[in-house]
Amino acid sequence: MQIKESSKIYDVIIVGSGAGGGMATKVLADAGLKVAVIEAGPYFDPAAPEQRTQLKWPYESPRRGASNHRPFGDFDSAYGGWEIEGEPYTQKDDTQFDWFRSRMLGGRTNHWGRISLRFGERDFKHYSYDGHGDDWPIGYEDVKPYYDKVDKLIGVFGTKENIENEPDGFFLPPPKPRLHELFYIKGARKSNIPVIPSRMSMLTKKINDDRGICFYCGQCSRACAVYADFSAGTCLIFPAQKSGGQIDLFVNSMVREVTTNEEGKATGVSYISKDDRKEYKLKGRVVVLAASACSSARILLNSKSEQHPNGLGNSSDMVGRYLHDSTGASRSAFIPDLMNRDTYNEDGVGGMHVYTPWWGDNKKLNFPRGYHIEVWGGLGMPSYGFGFNPNDLNRFFNQKVGGYGNSLRKDIKKYYGSTIGMAGRGESIAMKDNYCEIDPTTVDEFGIPVLRFNYKWSEHEVNQAKHMNDSFEEIVHNMGGTMLQDAPSKASNYGLENPGRIIHEVGTTRMGSDPKTSVVNEFQQLHDVDNVFIVDAGPFVSQADKNPTWTILALSWRASDYIIEQLKQQNI
Amino acid sequence: MFLGSLGTGLLLTGCNTDVSAPTPEIAKAAEDYFGRTPKEAALIEELNSEQFFNEHEMETLNILCALILPANDEYGSATDAGVPDFLEFIVKDMPHLKTPIRGGLMWLDHASNSKFNTEFQEASEENQKAILDTVAFPDPDKPGWEQPVQVQFFSLMRNLTMTGYYTSEMGIKDLDYKGNQPNIWDGVPEEVLQKHGVSYDPEWIAKCVDQSQRGVTAEWDDEGNLIT
Repeated sequence: MQIKESSKIYDVIIVGSGAGGGMATKVLADAGLKVAVIEAGPYFDPAAPEQRTQLKWPYESPRRGASNHRPFGDFDSAYGGWEIEGEPYTQKDDTQFDWFRSRMLGGRTNHWGRISLRFGERDFKHYSYDGHGDDWPIGYEDVKPYYDKVDKLIGVFGTKENIENEPDGFFLPPPKPRLHELFYIKGARKSNIPVIPSRMSMLTKKINDDRGICFYCGQCSRACAVYADFSAGTCLIFPAQKSGGQIDLFVNSMVREVTTNEEGKATGVSYISKDDRKEYKLKGRVVVLAASACSSARILLNSKSEQHPNGLGNSSDMVGRYLHDSTGASRSAFIPDLMNRDTYNEDGVGGMHVYTPWWGDNKKLNFPRGYHIEVWGGLGMPSYGFGFNPNDLNRFFNQKVGGYGNSLRKDIKKYYGSTIGMAGRGESIAMKDNYCEIDPTTVDEFGIPVLRFNYKWSEHEVNQAKHMNDSFEEIVHNMGGTMLQDAPSKASNYGLENPGRIIHEVGTTRMGSDPKTSVVNEFQQLHDVDNVFIVDAGPFVSQADKNPTWTILALSWRASDYIIEQLKQQNI
Repeated sequence: MFLGSLGTGLLLTGCNTDVSAPTPEIAKAAEDYFGRTPKEAALIEELNSEQFFNEHEMETLNILCALILPANDEYGSATDAGVPDFLEFIVKDMPHLKTPIRGGLMWLDHASNSKFNTEFQEASEENQKAILDTVAFPDPDKPGWEQPVQVQFFSLMRNLTMTGYYTSEMGIKDLDYKGNQPNIWDGVPEEVLQKHGVSYDPEWIAKCVDQSQRGVTAEWDDEGNLIT
């Protein structure tokens, strides 16, 4: 059967509906352009009763929220995970890269931690500062106006702190710390480790009539039914539709490649409908890739033609290279002063109310880049796993561990809320030899060749993970607590997680002014093809010790403004 | 032209801007679901259509769960809270649990037959406990996987029983967990702060949300200072 081709010609075809694609949809549709949004997963609205998991009780899941199907538990709003049936990926040599994908409208923004940090001046020019990696072709001053606009459009709480390389923004007021967070503040400050209110995108205060205000259920990972936290669907795509945007949404549609003409310009995309497993084509004047750093690289590499024999936008051979994820290591601890707690509703916002931005001077350390510390704990809602080893902590008091009977009830209450956890999330150095490429020997269930990963951590990241563990131990010691696990050894890279595990993969289509060493220009336009743009985290030159979402949003808005301007001037 | 599946506009029900929770209509309509995709729902249906434990095993589980967590003056036992049914589901959902639990239940009968010449469920409570006492206390100096297999079985049963209980409606009440409902978080109660010997830093608190102004639309000056 022939490929079914649409006769409609869109102004812009956007591939992917997460942070980057959602923002491009909003900006481009608001400008009156005819937009097609193609999403590999189903439609998703956290307010739809049949899709909602917010405010569900653990017993509403027969597996009590266990994580054996959805990787962050039954109530988490990510349709997907590190492994997806029918969508494999492969590893080169002894690489262990874990690739997380959410197949749904809004992508990974439906379940993410909402930690919304701006990159700082140094983050854009880190090569000039320490000689590692490369500088971005743009600086903080180029992105700042867009960060400001994102803050006001979407909403982020936080406080003005005036800390070097941690730019302030237009903040909503933060929630007060929880009890364990007060202990964390005390413990960290004793070692001169700073703690400040978190910067996260939940509405602690009204910003407009389309969105609800946070009601403190602590379940942002389930996506919010009143749209009080940021998801690309609820905060960007739905409002763009509501204000009359010309948006055709194609869900369950897996893009295979960008199609091109004899001049090598993009003409649209081809995709496979998951509903009937047939191939379709859409035509557009501009193609915007926002499928996630690795998926967009895959689409480019699979878009081979006479004009682009090495894949689209890949004359430099750079597509897929410089892949890097945040580093991560975590530990947990028992804090005796948090035993025997009175109960009250401590859910708060989803995740932490306080955090530690990077405080060290890397010039005096054996690793070049920083990390921030996230903290968890409190009187959380039980789910599968709660009550395991109910009196294991008795060992710290030379009391018997194990047994049965009503004494277990007392054990549970005694220790409820007395453990805390800390996670370091740091910057790795982007390296040319860490990459994803097409594995010509493996296809997914749509017949599309899959990605193969090649990735090694360097000494920089391993040394950083050691420092994370040392910091955790020092803070816990100051809190009068005891670590629950032994310090990880050098043989285990000091607990450094596999790349991909932190789900901040960036860099595969990096921006630069030299077409020989980069894939897109500073407006995220392919050097090779002027009507293809990339607005996910692929264009990131470096990662920073910040979560990437806020920068994806700001840069997508900036690139979208550029697209509108270029279309007006009839340059593309 | 065929459009894969065309997204269907807006569902802004439940979007409100005051301090209240999602509308009761949403809560009501959601009662029958817990957000499964069709594929996930089909798997649950499939697992529910199978029966793994036989009648004798279920009876033994009813007794064992109630021994691990018996009723007290206020709350029922783990069995009263439905833990055996949870176990029936979870072993089908996590098949690696099937053999250790089935084999462990068989061992309980064997131990009881050897010592008391009767199956576990027919033994007196005193004798049942005498059997459990031999496996309920793991050697604290050894990791779990080095414990004798019967000790591992009992630890697994204790874990699943406790988690099954504390994730049940009864267990959550027993724990006195107070969340999972709309709330206006305004800090840790003063008496709790005192009990744990900590206090709020006034400078920090001054920057935090004034909950009486949460419904007022945010506006900032040019320097990013909130003015509403």
